[in-house]
Amino acid sequence: MPDYSWPPMEKRRIVGKRTSRLDGPDKASGKAKYPSDLNPPGLLHAVMLTSPHAHARVKTVDIAAAKKFPGVTAIRVISGPGTEVQWAGTEIAIVAATSEAIARDAVALIKVDYEVLPHVVREDDLGKVGNRAKAAGEQVTGDPDAAFKEADAISENLYSIPVITHCCLEPHGQVIAMKGDKVDYWPSTQAVSTVGGDLAKYLEIPASNVHVQMDYMGGGFGGKFPADRWGVESAQLSKESGGRPVKMFLDRETELTIAGVRPSAFANIKIGAKKDGTIIAWQSQSWASGGFGGGGMPPLPYVFNKIPNYRLNHTAVSINAGSARAWRAPNNPQASFLTCSAIDDLAAKLNMDPLDMFLKNVGLTIRPDTYRLQLNKAAEMIEWKKNWRPRGQNKDGYMRRGLGIGISTWGGAGHASKARTTIHPDGSVEVELGSQDIGSGTRTVISMVAAETLGLPISMIKVKIGDNLYPVSGPSGGSTTVGGVSSSTRKAAVNALQKLYDIVGPILNAPPDRLEAVDGKIRMIGNPDKGMSWQQACQKLGVNTITEMGENDTKRTEGLNTGGASGIQMADVSVDIETGVVKMNKLVAVHDCGLVINPKTAESQVLGACIMSVCSALMEERVMDQQTGRVLNADMEFYKLAGIADIGDIVVHMDITPDNDKRGVIGLGEPPAVPGVAAIANAVANAIGVRVPSVPLIPSRVLAALNGRRNA
Amino acid sequence: MRGVGLSGGVLSTGLLEQEAQAAPPAAPVSGPAAVPITLRINGKSVNTSVEPRETLLDTMRNSLDLTAAKRVCDRGTCGACTIIVSGKVMYSCTMLAIDSQGKEIETLEGISAKNHPIIAAFVANDAQQCGYCTPGFVVASKGFLDKHPNPTYEEVKKGLGGNLCRCGTYMGIRQAVVDAGKQLKGGRNA
Ligand code: FES
Ligand code: FES
Repeated sequence: MPDYSWPPMEKRRIVGKRTSRLDGPDKASGKAKYPSDLNPPGLLHAVMLTSPHAHARVKTVDIAAAKKFPGVTAIRVISGPGTEVQWAGTEIAIVAATSEAIARDAVALIKVDYEVLPHVVREDDLGKVGNRAKAAGEQVTGDPDAAFKEADAISENLYSIPVITHCCLEPHGQVIAMKGDKVDYWPSTQAVSTVGGDLAKYLEIPASNVHVQMDYMGGGFGGKFPADRWGVESAQLSKESGGRPVKMFLDRETELTIAGVRPSAFANIKIGAKKDGTIIAWQSQSWASGGFGGGGMPPLPYVFNKIPNYRLNHTAVSINAGSARAWRAPNNPQASFLTCSAIDDLAAKLNMDPLDMFLKNVGLTIRPDTYRLQLNKAAEMIEWKKNWRPRGQNKDGYMRRGLGIGISTWGGAGHASKARTTIHPDGSVEVELGSQDIGSGTRTVISMVAAETLGLPISMIKVKIGDNLYPVSGPSGGSTTVGGVSSSTRKAAVNALQKLYDIVGPILNAPPDRLEAVDGKIRMIGNPDKGMSWQQACQKLGVNTITEMGENDTKRTEGLNTGGASGIQMADVSVDIETGVVKMNKLVAVHDCGLVINPKTAESQVLGACIMSVCSALMEERVMDQQTGRVLNADMEFYKLAGIADIGDIVVHMDITPDNDKRGVIGLGEPPAVPGVAAIANAVANAIGVRVPSVPLIPSRVLAALNGRRNA
Repeated sequence: MRGVGLSGGVLSTGLLEQEAQAAPPAAPVSGPAAVPITLRINGKSVNTSVEPRETLLDTMRNSLDLTAAKRVCDRGTCGACTIIVSGKVMYSCTMLAIDSQGKEIETLEGISAKNHPIIAAFVANDAQQCGYCTPGFVVASKGFLDKHPNPTYEEVKKGLGGNLCRCGTYMGIRQAVVDAGKQLKGGRNA
């Protein structure tokens, strides 16, 4: 069997080098066509009517007037009489028309009668949710009660992190055309190879009848895997309109209301340690909601999961709000925030530097050496020893400065992926995968791996992704893409090269297994003069091509990819105690992700994740209104995201070392999205001398916490 | 979200709720029929016809196949739809197409046709991930550089405060604008 392993670090010419993303020019010049940009001939536009009520039963839906409206080509009732609507924004009906304005006018003519039912849309007060709370069983390890008696210090506090949304800038939606039982489908998706099957299931047609194409998509973050009701219904509208393509993208309010959220997490945490900082006991009562389906328990205690004595209780709360979807590192940012806040508060009780406390307890994690290294590296980058003061001690007029720590862990092994490499007689090379580039640089990584393997410049590799006619490659979720596509591409390229060696070997009078492909040549190992150019070699194919497959088998990755990433982030903030405004000075991020194929785009992943954490720590929150049952801030004025001036400086350090490199490729989408909220929240506590228990740390909460302390 | 109004729902703020109750919406009308207009876009005159209520953004995207500008918030918050109108950086979602006649409209299609150095600087600094906010940022950056050649980081932070990115590309954008500024005529290092 051929040797697929990665070439040794020092021999790589392309993998590991900072490479600009290949689709950068198309994106920066506006030429990149996203699904929402497509205007195929005969295009119709669809608009949905959604429920204004959080909980209601549909009594009647009258579409007569809308149907007659000039320009309307088809109309469908999605939630007919009798349907029980469980959240505001539920899809009721959908209209296709010759323009979006006409479709909106027609939607406004639909009359729906509802029987309004009582709703619960807030989970922050567990006492008010009644029978919506569902307790999971208690988990106990060791003897937490005895351990708390032995503890020299105990900290107890209630912490919370609210629901946030994905807020992808390109909303969910698609252009779709259905003729008979055949569908052409251009969705904004994270799952080119699987979303067609999802759609087909609802349309009751064979999955192979759906042709999915997508070159670009405007952000997913875990929220864009399924075909969704609007995809299925738009297909039906197309069919009922004679097969004309239908474009339907959610408007911003609907996007922020029903297209997925990250669940909240609330927890009463009691944590105990010995005088020297060794954590010996943990107890948490947590609750969470991600919408009607409730909300699972974040993995508590996070990373420090070898605390010998603990008791865990969790309650899932079902509320009448749009449901949860995977959101970059599901449940991990919440768990990191809850756990690191508790540890930081405990360190304050012991008058201990939290850095020492984290270091003291790395033995309670599964990767003590890695975390120790990363803690020390991040501390060096943020000049912890120089800049850190005990809580509330770093003062300059009304400004208070503070530092804080957050921690992360993630899997990130590659998903199942197949790639096909074709070498043409003219020397050109194609690599085809039913994968997608969701902004993480997947195209670039594929071309780098193929180029490295074949000894060619990147410019000679044509990467074809974004089409489900190409070999099946997994959805982009859970940081699995880079490991999957790099491994399958590597194998397909090695296999194709073997075939070329078989042809060229006899001509060069060399055994095929003694050949190598370097710098655009096929030559004999150890005898560089004996060889021919890539072009000459490919000409020997005559009229034939070489086409070979490669597959990442998740059970046997042959060292090409693996899971298990760690990370530490540290924040430096300044807080104005008169206004309560938190200003980011700096965020440092230290992450290990095994073999890094493209450090440039890898760093961008980390930078982006850090910025998302600034949003979540300081400003981002979906606000539900118990009165109306609706999202109060389903727009971009009041659903706050950080702007370019809000982020301070961010410094990334990737742990690129021979030891990490040996582990193979590890995904990087999620791990850096985890620790930032914890680091920023801890930095604020360090700055102002008191814990602000709920993120986002908006001025009113910071001021309330400060007042609480003054009054106490 | 559709469904407010005829279906008996309420809008989501108290103030609007009262207004909505006081004045039930009149039967929707599609307005006067589409009217022919002429726009000056990227130095060329373009004829099209629009309903008076149509935004310039929708006209560009739906009728003229100028899709670099994106529709994200559709109400003047995010900057994804940024264009330059008679030398001023504007949100095209907040302008009506019929009001845009007689003005010089510059879109990213026009800027990239002229190979403005900001585009290469975005690529070199990896200032785009998914890229959906990118056209708006590139146009805003170009408009900003027109007025502030060779800016500092601090100036860039103020100048590009009207655009949002969800993927988190601000570090690259900041550097890209500073780099492009250095290459432009009029820049201190040009
Ligand atoms: S779409 Fe115009 S500012 Fe957001
Ligand atoms: S690059 Fe994705 S929103 Fe900015």
